[in-house]
Amino acid sequence: MTKFDQAIYVSGLNVSFGAFSVLKNLSWLVNFGEVKGVIGPNGAGKTTLLDALTGKTEYQTGDIVVRGHHNIKDANEPAIARLGLGRKFQKPSIFSGLSVFENLEIALRSGKSILNSINQLTPDEQEKINETAILIGLSDCLGKDAGTLAHGQKQWLEIGMLIVANPAVLLLDEPVAGMNGEERTKTAALIDKLKGPEMAIVVVEHDMQFVETVCDSVTVLHDGQILVEGPMQAVKANQQVIDVYLGRDSENA
Amino acid sequence: MLRSSEKFAVIFFLAGSLLVLASFMGIETSTYLMNLLGQIAAFSLLALSLDLIWGFCGILSLGHGLYFAIGGYLVAMHLVKVAFEKTGTPPDFMLFMGWEDLPAYYFGIESFAYLLFIVVLVTLSISLIFGYFSFRSRVTGVYFAIITQALVYMAMLFMFRNDTGFGGNNGMTGFSEIFGLNFRENKTATVLCGLSLAVLGLSLLGCKKLVDAPLGRFMRAVKEDESRLRFLGFDTVYVKLTAWCISAILAAIAGLLYVPQVGIINPRVLSPELSIEIAVWVAIGGRGSLVGAIFGAVVVSGLKFVLTGLVPELWPFILAILVVGIVIYLPNGFSDGAKVFSSTARRLVSAPHRKLQS
Repeated sequence: MTKFDQAIYVSGLNVSFGAFSVLKNLSWLVNFGEVKGVIGPNGAGKTTLLDALTGKTEYQTGDIVVRGHHNIKDANEPAIARLGLGRKFQKPSIFSGLSVFENLEIALRSGKSILNSINQLTPDEQEKINETAILIGLSDCLGKDAGTLAHGQKQWLEIGMLIVANPAVLLLDEPVAGMNGEERTKTAALIDKLKGPEMAIVVVEHDMQFVETVCDSVTVLHDGQILVEGPMQAVKANQQVIDVYLGRDSENA
Repeated sequence: MLRSSEKFAVIFFLAGSLLVLASFMGIETSTYLMNLLGQIAAFSLLALSLDLIWGFCGILSLGHGLYFAIGGYLVAMHLVKVAFEKTGTPPDFMLFMGWEDLPAYYFGIESFAYLLFIVVLVTLSISLIFGYFSFRSRVTGVYFAIITQALVYMAMLFMFRNDTGFGGNNGMTGFSEIFGLNFRENKTATVLCGLSLAVLGLSLLGCKKLVDAPLGRFMRAVKEDESRLRFLGFDTVYVKLTAWCISAILAAIAGLLYVPQVGIINPRVLSPELSIEIAVWVAIGGRGSLVGAIFGAVVVSGLKFVLTGLVPELWPFILAILVVGIVIYLPNGFSDGAKVFSSTARRLVSAPHRKLQS
């Protein structure tokens, strides 16, 4: 089997809503084995980029190629997800009326064929769910209704729902929003554990400290274009970045 | 309440079987009571069918009367043809139209097995085509409900025409016998009632198995967050379509059981009012609770039978008050009732303690 280094390759991507152009001729690359941070002020196009990647938003021109050779131009959301793109949303979106186990079970079965979703779980699948539950620290609440979990646990469950399906790319939109310090540390540790040569992780986050802890490199989006790209240390020192984005924090402080 | 579904299914099935058995042993029963019970059982099955898609899959249909009418009209065609062949008296609509014989599409419908086959075939075709295009186009929520209502209304307008061979505005009546049992006999009402109850029991058991199976979990997931399911790689169209078609077939069977018991069908079953009433049963009984939906159908249609006899002009107001009250105080219908009562009781008991503390 041929190995591709490129998990996501975006070239010349344009997304606009009517006359308003959100992403402008964006070209971007995420490699396997990498944890990539995406930061930028509100309205920079971070979530729109994820929307385009997952099929939620149509793009006018440009190409998005997943795992080296899958162009997702006309694919719908389920088809893209089955290519191995798992997305966590800004607001935890889990099935709150179902138990934690059922949430993971649904996620595990979703990527498979429809017929597969009717059979009973195999012992391997059962094992996979249990492993995932341990990884996200929810093995004690498998029987609980997902809606009764704490906010942080819901975020972890959503990440668990992605990883149980063995994704190639994880797209995490604000994974630590609304979490306390301890939960942030746990989430950072979780991302560290998930990191590997066959996985690419994209983290969209406003928490700079968190981005610095987990990400190998950072892309700064501004006004639908890439402003700077590189390791967090270099990005932090960049005058342009300070002007459009990071500077605001010091103004507030 | 969910856990008691199996228990109720067994009770309905046994009660129905006993009635059929009793009628063949020559035990006389009250025809009025059997008729009432049998009709309520058919309505309960109709409520169950809507609950399956609305309560478990989050798809509200305000046009389920369409599938009920498909079952009802087809069984009426069967009964009309049997009556015509046995007695030689042509049905009214043939006389109006001056027809010598029944239209060609009555061919073979005198056979009950063929009737069952054609009911499933017609219901499945219509629900598949309508469901596939609606779900693929991602029509959801109120928009879907409105389209279902428009469809049932269209069907009603069509059935009001007198040249269709389905009885027009007078409908179809004058049935003589079913499975060789004469409608004048006491036995027939008992058998039909028992059959309705038994079918209700079997359907309840089947629905319970379905919602507990992996497919049922996907149905609930669709209800909770359909787009999340899509982003996990699951094409939700097929789950919705499966649930939709099963529900449509149950509704058609309900119609098939209902019409022989009332002895007539006319386009009124296709009126939007009946379809909305089904949603009212389910809302009152409790969406997402199979037994709750049946309970809602029993309570509301039972009340309707009694009150439209006693105070016919007040019935719409009573129903309205019931609906508004339930929606405000018990969002999940009667299946919420138990919870609310126990928490109210707890509040009443604990209130004096709180006063002491403050």
